[in-house]
Amino acid sequence: MPKITIDDKEFEVEAGQTVLQVCLDKGLFVPHYCYHPKLSIAGNCRMCLVEIEGRPKLEISCNTPVAEGMKVRTKSQAVVDAQKSVLEFILVNHPLDCPICDQAGECKLQDYYFQYSSVPSRFKEEKVHKPKAKPLGERVMLDDERCILCSRCVRFCDEVAGDAELCIDNRGDHSTVSTFNGQPMKNAYSINTVDICPVGALTSTDFRFNKRVWFLQKTKSVCTGCSTGCNITMDHEGGVVYRYRPRDNEAVNQCWMCDEGRVTYKYINDDRILSPLVRKEGGLERTTWENAWNQVRMLLQNYSPDQRAALLSAQLSNEDLAAWHSLVTTQWTGAAQYGTGKVVESPSEDTLLRRADKNPNSYTTRALGLKPLDLGKCKLLFVVGEASETDLHTIATKKPEVVVVISSNSSTKFEFADVVLPLATFAEQDGTFTNYQGRVQRFHKAIAPRGEAKAAWNIASHISLLEGGKIPDTARDCFDLLAKSVPAYKSLRWDELGDEGKLVD
Amino acid sequence: MEPILTKRFAVSNAATIDGYMATGGYSTLSKLFTMTPAQVIDEVKASGLRGRGGAGFPAGVKWGFVPKTTGKPIYLCVNADEGEPGTFKDRELMTKDPHALLEGIIITCYALESHTAYIYIRGEMFQELQILQRAIDEAYAKGFLGNKVAGHDFKLDVYMHRGAGAYICGEETALIESLEGKKGQPRIKPPFPAVVGVFGCPTVVNNVETLMAVPYIIEKGAAEYAKIGVGKSTGTKLFSVSGHINKPGNYEIPLGLPFSEFLEKQCGGVWKGRKLKAVIMGGSSVPILTAEEAMKVNLDYESLGAAGTMLGSGGMVIMDDQTCMVTALKILGDFYHHESCGQCTPCREGTGWIQKVLARVVRGEVRPGDCDLLLSVATNMQGRTICVFSDALAMPVKSYIQKFRHEFEDAGKLGLRKGQQIQTWE
Ligand SMILES: Cc1cc2nc3c(=O)[nH]c(=O)nc-3n(C[C@H](O)[C@H](O)[C@H](O)COP(=O)(O)O)c2cc1C
Ligand code: SF4
Ligand code: SF4
Ligand code: SF4
Ligand code: FES
Repeated sequence: MPKITIDDKEFEVEAGQTVLQVCLDKGLFVPHYCYHPKLSIAGNCRMCLVEIEGRPKLEISCNTPVAEGMKVRTKSQAVVDAQKSVLEFILVNHPLDCPICDQAGECKLQDYYFQYSSVPSRFKEEKVHKPKAKPLGERVMLDDERCILCSRCVRFCDEVAGDAELCIDNRGDHSTVSTFNGQPMKNAYSINTVDICPVGALTSTDFRFNKRVWFLQKTKSVCTGCSTGCNITMDHEGGVVYRYRPRDNEAVNQCWMCDEGRVTYKYINDDRILSPLVRKEGGLERTTWENAWNQVRMLLQNYSPDQRAALLSAQLSNEDLAAWHSLVTTQWTGAAQYGTGKVVESPSEDTLLRRADKNPNSYTTRALGLKPLDLGKCKLLFVVGEASETDLHTIATKKPEVVVVISSNSSTKFEFADVVLPLATFAEQDGTFTNYQGRVQRFHKAIAPRGEAKAAWNIASHISLLEGGKIPDTARDCFDLLAKSVPAYKSLRWDELGDEGKLVD
Repeated sequence: MEPILTKRFAVSNAATIDGYMATGGYSTLSKLFTMTPAQVIDEVKASGLRGRGGAGFPAGVKWGFVPKTTGKPIYLCVNADEGEPGTFKDRELMTKDPHALLEGIIITCYALESHTAYIYIRGEMFQELQILQRAIDEAYAKGFLGNKVAGHDFKLDVYMHRGAGAYICGEETALIESLEGKKGQPRIKPPFPAVVGVFGCPTVVNNVETLMAVPYIIEKGAAEYAKIGVGKSTGTKLFSVSGHINKPGNYEIPLGLPFSEFLEKQCGGVWKGRKLKAVIMGGSSVPILTAEEAMKVNLDYESLGAAGTMLGSGGMVIMDDQTCMVTALKILGDFYHHESCGQCTPCREGTGWIQKVLARVVRGEVRPGDCDLLLSVATNMQGRTICVFSDALAMPVKSYIQKFRHEFEDAGKLGLRKGQQIQTWE
């Protein structure tokens, strides 16, 4: 292993690494724009220049391989001057849009300017003007004047999304990011270009102008769009979720997520069921939890355990599933439990991230041995979480005597429901999902439950109590319940899941 | 001096294969095939031949960098892009003696063990393209190209590729990108083309003039070639002379000739009996010399280097004492601003910034500090980019201002007077 010296400190490094990689690994930050760990080296921004003893010129650290005995300076006067000048050059044609720019607050140009320059520009000529709102595709908008031409977005499409949809047209200071033949960018991962754009040039049409980013709170979570379970940061404020951004997890999603998953947050905000509903003549009417519990108590009195069944969705968390599984199998002797989940027609799928199973937790529904719906002798059915169209159709046609629907959104079809209980979304609780790999991943409570919604494990706990049972009433305890009841989950501990999750045995 | 590169310029049918062969053309090939590739490389190394495209890198040394055991094909790219303002030598060479280029290509490919050569020709040179293509067709017909070159067990194909008129495509890695069908912009180095070039394979890029000196070296031997010239500047070089000169044109001279002698004896001196003001010695990118400096230099790599400039491509521009240096520099600013490929921040933004300041100064709208600003911007553009294009504007800017600063400052005080402006060509 070669040894190199950076700013008078000696490091053992791996042959083949670049100076920039080493600096970043060792916590000696070197500013950079075009370098991205998942993309090829472009070497165009010139922000990462460092001094290397014995070389006549400054070198870009992103493309300089380490060599035995190399002496690197990242803070010498020459480097500091070069950083200042590169920033001055970038700002030559950069508009003063910060007050209205979506990137403000998370902009690498603002940040580096304050850290490495902070001097007024000497450029007093007319700037080059370019289009301010050029759609690159349905989901991505380009402000050409803000673009610093780092080519990250171009390389992303070519190298990660697998389709060279973007290019840089023209040359010199008239260069502009474009799509070939002006055709809209269509790749399934296009919004990642917005994430990796170091400035406010690319914005997501879904998010732009919605929020100043510094008002957003960030919560670590997991995308529920499919069984991959991409790690995300959920950005929210005042009980409203504004966007998802991918969070690094090398074992799952690297640092990307798909566009489809990106917009799945909308169901958290819209069309929510805010309170329990009970069927009266003419339709479902709002009621209190107290009334709802009374209704459920009556139903439980009317139907013996072997007449009951629960249809559990793969959209539910491990904690929800554990609680319901326990309720049905240990308390309701003779009752049946079935699995369901979201099923879409011709689901998207590829080798990068997207999987055809659009549920975040099918792994656990399988681990619990949940079988396809069969109404059989069932008279009292609990539908917990989102069910497939087919299952809803079966229930509607072969209607059991009473159906209790536990659902978060009013867009679900449940004309057949006798009682509806409002379900909290995953954003409103702590919990875990197990992705297709068997990786148990933690999501954190971001916002308070909308209206009077409750988590499914919480509802199970209440129902259990109606008959004197004792299903735990915290997510953590429900998780332990799962670890106890499913052998593959035995060694898992809630506190040890970390940010990147743990594989089941 | 016996001309090497221009010896057939007076032969009217030299561009045809018959005319070429009648004057000894393709005769070195019989000797070539008695040598090993390594011997050819050694011979060219020993000759001291340096690249004539601008950088002056020893040709034989460059060839020696090519790894031959990678299992990948090896390519030769002939740089016929000739875009440097003031340079027009390759064009005349290709027009008047196209087979000599092909002979140089055959020798070089044999040395490199390469079986494919691409001639990347500037898009505007359509006639030259046709002339070369005709020569290639003739050479195939006569068996000098193809599966058995001159009857020997050596295969070589030569293809023409037309550029689309970007100066930057003369830079060797931009040329390679363009040849591959991509946008012509330089690649970051490492890796160097000798290892990863065209289609990811080992590649040598050489200038037309460089390759055209090779047949002589093989025919007469390295020692004979190295006798011409001085020190590390061996052989002859073509200078393209233009500007305020009595006899503009291409001149082949032995390296080391004093500029003063060259100017007076061969080029007929400054036009209209005027005095010399300044000279661009080696193409628009090199630092300018004042008349006084120019009169002291010899035309070789070392002497020009010692004088703070470069021999470059040999594009020599003569400026008389009525030349407005502000306007002259502004023209360069326009050119480099227009031609920057735009990848690197300092070049993309710096060329535009300098062009805008110069355009303003030429309008007479000088602001205090403009000269220092230009010097500082130029300094910040130097040595910090993917290719040396950025330096190619920075160097003129710095030298013009350092040497003619009063003209830039007066432009503000007086406004540019008409008499000061660059003369139109007569
Ligand atoms: C901006 C730029 C333009 C260039 N244009 C040319 C050109 O038109 N012709 C040429 O032969 N070399 C040109 N070069 C030099 C080439 O990069 C390269 O060094 C040369 O072709 C190598 O050949 P040589 O070693 O035979 O000189 C240019 C370099 C730069 C940086
Ligand atoms: S990209 Fe950054 S610097 Fe540019 S306008 Fe937006 S916030 Fe300001
Ligand atoms: S749009 Fe953003 S990512 Fe793309 S080149 Fe411009 S600055 Fe870079
Ligand atoms: S220096 Fe200029 S021309 Fe060369 S690669 Fe950079 S931007 Fe392009
Ligand atoms: S990060 Fe190295 S040049 Fe951009």
